[in-house]
Amino acid sequence: MTYWQLFWSFFQIGLFSIGGGYAAMPLIQHQVMDVHPWLTMTQFADIMAIAEMTPGPISVNAATFVGIRVSGPAGAIVATAGCILPSCGIVMALAYIYYRFRGLSIVKGVLAGLRSAVVAMIASAGLSLLTLSFYGQRTLPAEPGSPDLLSVALFCAGLFALRHFRVKPIYVMIGSGVLGMLAYFI
Amino acid sequence: MEKKKGVYRTLFSAAFKLSAGTFGGGFVIVPLMREKFVRQLHWIEEQEMMDLIAIAESAPGAIAVNASILVGYHVAGCLGALLAVLGTVLPPLLIISAVSCCYSAVRDNVLVSLVMTGMLSGVAAVICDVVITLGARVIKAGRPVLWLLMGLAFVAVQIWKVNIVPVMLLCGAVGAADTALGRRKAVRPA
Repeated sequence: MTYWQLFWSFFQIGLFSIGGGYAAMPLIQHQVMDVHPWLTMTQFADIMAIAEMTPGPISVNAATFVGIRVSGPAGAIVATAGCILPSCGIVMALAYIYYRFRGLSIVKGVLAGLRSAVVAMIASAGLSLLTLSFYGQRTLPAEPGSPDLLSVALFCAGLFALRHFRVKPIYVMIGSGVLGMLAYFI
Repeated sequence: MEKKKGVYRTLFSAAFKLSAGTFGGGFVIVPLMREKFVRQLHWIEEQEMMDLIAIAESAPGAIAVNASILVGYHVAGCLGALLAVLGTVLPPLLIISAVSCCYSAVRDNVLVSLVMTGMLSGVAAVICDVVITLGARVIKAGRPVLWLLMGLAFVAVQIWKVNIVPVMLLCGAVGAADTALGRRKAVRPA
């Protein structure tokens, strides 16, 4: 039963994450926190950081991590299979359609609509991570006056480095981790 | 036959090495795949590779997985697609399994915990950066319907806590309808 739940959850994640790893993130969050009690917000944030630091797609990394925690190595394989199975079918079908009807405007319209939704999903997931980082909880507190100043500083510095100097995400994450640790000892 | 076996082996090992050595997700691995399969192995034409990448990016699922399915199929049929996917999925499967074994022990360590907390701010910054880049792309498309969709989808998910899947389906449908209506308007004489 758990295997089936793992498979089905990650099947949906694979089916509906359009536009790369960051698009999968809110779907993963929804499945492993809201639908099933598999991860806490802290664990979810950890797996996002780990997924970013290790090679491979975020959804496959998350599937392996969640699968192994919920029901061992077999769970990891089942979740990963669920995650990539929709791709196999859809990509092959799309390749066929693409070569036959490429440039069809209706298809482009659907994709444009989906892309707008994807940005909103990522923004929503980003906001919960941001509040967790600033306030130590997932939802915005009633009194937004006292965020963790170190986290705010790290966030601003990270964003500046990314936007202005085009620093690679991996360095920003490692940098903020190391700085966060050092600041504790100062 | 011997030659074919060689192709399978090269395909699998190329996918495995690309996946194991690429940090930072699908948008990073795609240009590297192009380098390997177009420039080094000469298995795929430049133009065809660009088409395959476009399909991989617009289809649901991980971009790296999608691209490897397409490249594998193009090079060596269904078995090729299977081998390429295995090569792409195995490295993260093995690495994350190893990481999660020592996760509990490592996570309770004070130092690691401090690093992870600091990293959270970094992750938030990375996501914020992605949102700005992608959001700007939607706004620059110059179709107010898409801006409205983006805003409404955010409110629906963040404030009304609507399930993500129906929101996505609705946005896709609205995008299609908008394109269809726009085209009819363009055809009709003013």
